[in-house]
Amino acid sequence: MEARVAEHLIEAELAAAVLARALAHGGDFAEVFCERRSALSLSIDESRIEGAQRADDGGAGVRVIDGETTYFAHVDGLGEADLERAADGAAAALRGDRRAPSELRAADPTRGQEIETPPAGVASERKAELLRACDERARAAGSKIAQVQASYSEGRRRVTVANSDGCLASDDRTRVRLGVQVVARRGERVETGFETLGGHRGFELVGDGAAEAVAERAAGVALTLLGADPAPAGSMPVVVGRGFGGVLFHEMTGHGLEADAVQKGASVYAGKLGEEVAPSFLDAYDDGRLPGEWGSDGIDDEGTPTRATAVIHEGRITSYLYDLERARRDRVDSTGNGRRQSFRHLPIPRMTNTFIAPGEARPEELIAEVANGFYAVSFAGGQVDPTTGDFVFGVSEGYLIENGTVTKPCRGATLIGNCLEALRRIDGVAEDFAVKTGFCGKEGQSVPVGVGQGHVRIAELTVGGTAI
Amino acid sequence: MAASEDLERLAGTAVEAALGAGAADAEAFATDSTGLEARIYEGEVESLSEAGERGLGVRVWIEGRAGYAYGTDLSAEGLGRIAAGAVETARISDPDEFAAAPDPAEPGREPAAIAGLADPAAAEWTTERKVELAKAIEGAARAADERVIGVETTVFVDERASVALASSRGVAGAYELTSCYAYLQAIAAAGGDDADRQTGLGFGIGRSPAALDPEAIGREAAERAAALLGASKPASRSCPVVLDETVAASFVGFVAGLLCADAVQRGRSPFADRLAETIASEALGLADDGRRPEGLASAPFDGEGTPTGRTPLIEGGILRAYLHDSYTARREGGQWRSTASAARSGYRSPPSVSPSNLIVAPGELSFEELLDEAGEGIYVTEVAGLHSGVNPVSGTFSVGATGRAISGGELAEPADEFTIASDLPAMLAAIRAAGSTPRWVPFGGSVSTPALLVGEMAIGGG
Repeated sequence: MEARVAEHLIEAELAAAVLARALAHGGDFAEVFCERRSALSLSIDESRIEGAQRADDGGAGVRVIDGETTYFAHVDGLGEADLERAADGAAAALRGDRRAPSELRAADPTRGQEIETPPAGVASERKAELLRACDERARAAGSKIAQVQASYSEGRRRVTVANSDGCLASDDRTRVRLGVQVVARRGERVETGFETLGGHRGFELVGDGAAEAVAERAAGVALTLLGADPAPAGSMPVVVGRGFGGVLFHEMTGHGLEADAVQKGASVYAGKLGEEVAPSFLDAYDDGRLPGEWGSDGIDDEGTPTRATAVIHEGRITSYLYDLERARRDRVDSTGNGRRQSFRHLPIPRMTNTFIAPGEARPEELIAEVANGFYAVSFAGGQVDPTTGDFVFGVSEGYLIENGTVTKPCRGATLIGNCLEALRRIDGVAEDFAVKTGFCGKEGQSVPVGVGQGHVRIAELTVGGTAI
Repeated sequence: MAASEDLERLAGTAVEAALGAGAADAEAFATDSTGLEARIYEGEVESLSEAGERGLGVRVWIEGRAGYAYGTDLSAEGLGRIAAGAVETARISDPDEFAAAPDPAEPGREPAAIAGLADPAAAEWTTERKVELAKAIEGAARAADERVIGVETTVFVDERASVALASSRGVAGAYELTSCYAYLQAIAAAGGDDADRQTGLGFGIGRSPAALDPEAIGREAAERAAALLGASKPASRSCPVVLDETVAASFVGFVAGLLCADAVQRGRSPFADRLAETIASEALGLADDGRRPEGLASAPFDGEGTPTGRTPLIEGGILRAYLHDSYTARREGGQWRSTASAARSGYRSPPSVSPSNLIVAPGELSFEELLDEAGEGIYVTEVAGLHSGVNPVSGTFSVGATGRAISGGELAEPADEFTIASDLPAMLAAIRAAGSTPRWVPFGGSVSTPALLVGEMAIGGG
């Protein structure tokens, strides 16, 4: 195991000079964020390795906060001249007197994630072989498999943050991800199955048959959907699958707990700290330290060590998710949720790995108690309007529940509702907890997040389908 | 920011570096851009961001194997590293008999500049004026309707960019462009009823801030939000649906994605093998046009140097063409040329087949006449969950929607928390009429479309 001790991308002396320059015309706070990223991705399509691509970039973003206003500038490159240009750009619109930043402290070394096999050290041919194995495994599922696409990506992001409060911290992040999409065809019918595997891990994540299992599962979903009927439309009990089913909680509750939305009153959870919003058996967390998970980091993108934050305890809201700026406004500590897509973006409160804690029910019990309902195993994605709490989710794999038994597969289903109501209507959480990989988009920034839960049952939810 | 000629020289150097690193053919694409983003909240600047980006991507071919790499270090050493990365990735790839460097345009067909792509007036706008414009947008939303209780961040963004392309086959070109847009989300609430809140989007796009009308952008957001107050779930049924321009554009974008030749050739489109056949109602006309100055996807040439033009895709419901880049055209065996559809989303990705600006042909009916024609149905003004609710292969979709009921041919009570579901081929066949007034919409790509009346769609509600 290699527990990385992250090295600083720039010298402390240079960081201090850049911060001083950024505060040349005043400001309450200045920060420089440096990043160097290298990545490799490749895919297989029509059983042919293609789309191989390598990326190497680096740059810096400097921000100055003055009162309630943030000034930000970013540049490509990490040379002294580049950093000075960014500092001058951020300071350009300020008109005040020079402020001196605090001396930089040598922070505790970041507790990074353990990487067994750094992917950059693995021969490219092995990555190509991995994709060929996925292709073969999916095609082995039968003659109805018409198309297999698989993609592998690896990336290493090194970041260094320094700010005028004296913080100097670095992190070294390695992620690996595999995605497989399978198209099955029978006559005119065409259906797709999609499955992913990802983590803050090295190449070991996709070894030992893990990649092939992903391909097999994607093929299985596509074949199942070939026999699916149009989904029903109407209100009914819904059982949501483990793992990626947690995206429902991520969207319908997680976003509303991000402090920027809360402080603007653009969240249905604003002013509800301590209030009961869910049944008393429900606990939920955001945890940026879960070992090896996709949404984990050593520090957030403002230098705050990541941590586990209980957001709902026994049905009551116990914390919002904060970055430095929103924490300052609420006079609390940052929860380590200040994240950004890259040095080209400002940090904002973002989830890391967000999940409903495991319950005590067995998943088969949750289903057996439903007379007639819907079983949403997984989603293609979802969206919520945090102001109104209205959400919508596309179901990628769903089944009817009839007389307590999972029966026919359904296609084209959507779950739609309001998060306050849906959260209250949760009437069961199962013990079979799992975390899965996702990308979360907000304000044009995409960051890796983990979503998770055991099976969850919602007593009543609208299923939108084409069968009426 | 570098002038486009300097960037073109840099691209040429990168091509040489790639050939030196072992590539048989190479192509380099470089961009240099500066931009400003201003975010306004409650009359004050929330953030002001200055963006400077400069990078280069290299695509190489070695005996039918293609590779790509990009980077931001544009020193000789940096370009060498990018070139070596591209060659390394090509060697991982499997050979493909159709993969080859695109040839330059034939003599006499070279790319022509597009007037109006870069608006010199844009440079005259100071940061202060742009901030004032954004504040005026927010103010207009608040003033437009007393039920507007707030505005989520108002955002103004502009960009000035140079783009250059060079290849070992002799492709060479460069251009400059300016663009800007602004949007906001207004929040409306009904007299003290905190539970009844609705949001509405307003937006504007143009080549210069002067093209943005703050009054109109703010008012649109206010009107959209206020119109939804008191919304309830409509009954589940099948009925006529009128899609407003923003919703129509989102669907048109998906349809065009399924008309891209790579999807067709790889068996991922319900419109494969349908050329010259009827795939939509007679009321639908759709074209791809990479040369309309108002369209933000316009450029003199596409991401691999092919001169842009206009390609009719659907005429009177009949499928006329698929969108091609040089690879997919070659794969057709010479019957088709590239339609200049090799799109790049910056230097960080190789070109891929994608529409430029999509133009839906306007029809004869005014908006009121469209509603009248619908009779009893639903007017959809917003859809959510499109990226997850549409199956891009089969075209089956079910998405969340909000809008107004249509009753007796007129707009009636607001409706929300419902879904509309169908599949794209069925929806195209069911289009009964296109409105007469198109609008440029930055959803579904860059799309100019009027409102569309669809004869029948499934509504999932209460």
